[in-house]
Amino acid sequence: MFSFQVGSLLNIALILGTVLGAAALLIWVERRLLGFFNDRLGPNRVGPFGILQSVADVIKLITKEDWIPPFADKLPFVVAPIILPIVMLLSFAMIPFAPGVGIIDMNIGLLFVMAMAGLAAYSAMLGGLASNNKFALLGGLRAAGQMISYEVFLGISLLGVVILSDSFSLRGIVEAQSDGWYVFPQFIGFMVFMVAALAESHRWPFDLPEGEAEIISGFNTEYSGMKFGLFFVGEYIGMLFMACLIPVLFFGGWHAPFGLEFGNEIISGLFWMAAKTSVFIGFFVLVRAALARPRYDQLMSYGWLVMLPLSLLNLLITGAIVLMQGS
Amino acid sequence: MSVFFYGSAIIAILATLMVITRTNIVHALLYFIVSLLAIAVIFYTLGAPFAAALEVIVYAGAIMVMFLFVVMMLNLGQVTQDQEKAWLVPSIWIGPSIMAVPLLIEVLYAINLQQEQMAHTVIGAKEVGASLFGPYVLAVELASMLLLAGLVGAFHLARK
Repeated sequence: MFSFQVGSLLNIALILGTVLGAAALLIWVERRLLGFFNDRLGPNRVGPFGILQSVADVIKLITKEDWIPPFADKLPFVVAPIILPIVMLLSFAMIPFAPGVGIIDMNIGLLFVMAMAGLAAYSAMLGGLASNNKFALLGGLRAAGQMISYEVFLGISLLGVVILSDSFSLRGIVEAQSDGWYVFPQFIGFMVFMVAALAESHRWPFDLPEGEAEIISGFNTEYSGMKFGLFFVGEYIGMLFMACLIPVLFFGGWHAPFGLEFGNEIISGLFWMAAKTSVFIGFFVLVRAALARPRYDQLMSYGWLVMLPLSLLNLLITGAIVLMQGS
Repeated sequence: MSVFFYGSAIIAILATLMVITRTNIVHALLYFIVSLLAIAVIFYTLGAPFAAALEVIVYAGAIMVMFLFVVMMLNLGQVTQDQEKAWLVPSIWIGPSIMAVPLLIEVLYAINLQQEQMAHTVIGAKEVGASLFGPYVLAVELASMLLLAGLVGAFHLARK
């Protein structure tokens, strides 16, 4: 039980604890980094460097009144915020963190991730629909259109990686990258995936479902207390998940760059995986601080007129090259 | 594995019954999603992981989202619920039940005919893809033509 192998109880407990802890810490990290980018301080009062800010936030959310509006549709209203954290945590079961560290290794791992990303759309949609509020409904509509559209490019941009590694298993994909990261042959796929991942987890600048300047807070307008907290935490778990998935698919997962491995392969693997994930978290926050939100029609035409042709061309060329090399 | 199979089979049947008897369409859709997820688990236990993943991605993740999208546009309220309630009177169940009974008998007969164990060959993505673009390539091409026709039709209707 105390050995490191995929799916042992120790593995599951450590990964679950780390993911939940890291997601809570991310809220503080994002606000501090945003403060740094915006040339201001950010939260620095609770604990050393304000690191306990998330604890204070959670206490505030729990002690707030957990209110269900009388005009809301109760069943979907209560179910909606629970869906997002659950599907995002389920997706983490597929991530290979290091040799022997991971929860499960399925041969349909990538498809499972896509399925969970598809189900995540229900959280915003049901929340917006059940709130029975015009602004929430607008947010839900935006979320539905955005997530259906960008799921298409998310899926197609991954297929180049699947062709090269000949596997849907995430562990297989990482192992196939031992002699070269896929970001070089699949650079277009990586770019499309980055944009689609931002849109899929409706992170800034694609936060149109929330768009607080236009539609109050979008689909979660009517939510308060811990129900709002679940939406909030779910979004951060989703961001952490995307920041883990990009290194796994395109940046060699636990493989060290330039042969900089040290000590035990598990410790070295975990270190490099954490380092790569941190880089992408920093990038997500930088994108939030740097870019403005597009209009909704710009989002749609950008998706279908630029991203779709690019990802299809990438798939076509990758397939053709692999076929030519194979014959 | 058979525990999972029968468990999710029961959930699928109960959820589908709830889909038919709900008068609120959003609740019906929620139960429909549960039913689709249960069927995905059944596929997985029967050794078809690829079909299970597609069931969730295509049906639960895309088609049901489109349904919900349309429901959002329609602005259904108490009026439609009352109408549904008026339609779902007990006498409406007689006809479908009479037609369903022979089907049930046939299914029971078919299960009794085949006393073999559940299939244990796992059919992955590679096998599905090879047969789709091998012996069944004509069906795939025809389906793609149908989808193209739908796409062109939607483009024509939306062009203003």
